[in-house]
Amino acid sequence: MKNENLYNYILGVADNSLILGQRLGELCGHGPSLETDIACTNVSLDLFGQVRSYFQYAAEIAGEGKTEDDIAFLRREREYKNVLLVEQPNTDFGYTIVRQFLFDVYHLLFLEEMQKSQDKTLVAIAKKSIKEVSYHARFSTDWVKRLGDGSEESQQRIQKAVNSLWTYTDELFHQTEADKAMVEVGVAVDVTTLKDAYYTKVNSVLEIATIDIPESKWFQKGGKNGVHTEHLGYLLADMQYMQRSYPGMEW
Amino acid sequence: MNNNWPLWEVFIRSKNGLEHKHCGSLHASDAEMALENARDVYTRRMEGVSIWVVESKDITASNPDNNGELFEPAQDKVYRHPTFYILPDELKHM
Repeated sequence: MKNENLYNYILGVADNSLILGQRLGELCGHGPSLETDIACTNVSLDLFGQVRSYFQYAAEIAGEGKTEDDIAFLRREREYKNVLLVEQPNTDFGYTIVRQFLFDVYHLLFLEEMQKSQDKTLVAIAKKSIKEVSYHARFSTDWVKRLGDGSEESQQRIQKAVNSLWTYTDELFHQTEADKAMVEVGVAVDVTTLKDAYYTKVNSVLEIATIDIPESKWFQKGGKNGVHTEHLGYLLADMQYMQRSYPGMEW
Repeated sequence: MNNNWPLWEVFIRSKNGLEHKHCGSLHASDAEMALENARDVYTRRMEGVSIWVVESKDITASNPDNNGELFEPAQDKVYRHPTFYILPDELKHM
């Protein structure tokens, strides 16, 4: 492939939205209330829309007749480059919301920077996505505040989710080899520069939500290089079932 | 979960210049959540440019038992309809 770094970079960005979208999609018909059910599914569909733009672009770069569906459905587990955070399960609504919040804050900062990329297609995707993601961040931030500063039980559940998911936050700011190469040519967002703004924002919301910020300095990593938690395999089995069972099927 | 949430009525303005129309109801714990829920439940197919929400308990409704005295007297008064003159084509939304 001629531009392998760009291809891998796009997949790294898009896989976060793909896997989180799939996780949220699992809630369709199972949300804690009709209103939150639809809200989570809306977010899921926004993310899938973004993924399609990324994968169509990646397929174009890959050439050889590759399609967006090939990229979405026909890779093996180790070839997915999403961060570990987004593949974590919907344990309860607290986990779902905290996972969303921890990703949305990052996603918004990321898209703001991606608007300055030298790559016009990525700029266009960022400009379209940022309105959607602004709403995602508003939705998840509001819920973290409500539940954190809510009843005794909702506060405990949010605290538990924050304690569990915190270990996956640092990976958002790691760079792969493809990332570094693309930063050099002004295409990629240098995610290391987003870290301070990210934790400032996250901590300020958690403070309002009366949630303690975990003190652990030990963080999980690996997703960006294809080394995932045990949860991703099950998610992919679900997601890939149709294309694996009926290769080349169309909707 | 919804057991504790009050009911809200949702009104959507489909485009500028038109009035807000009642489109349904939903549950939410306060006005801010009601607005967000309304956005997610009722405007996901480009239905609106503006949303009003009002708590259902704040709406005073007429009693169906009184329909006879309230509405039937209007039935034989066609002359109250503005249909006895011709509107110019340029006038919309009348």
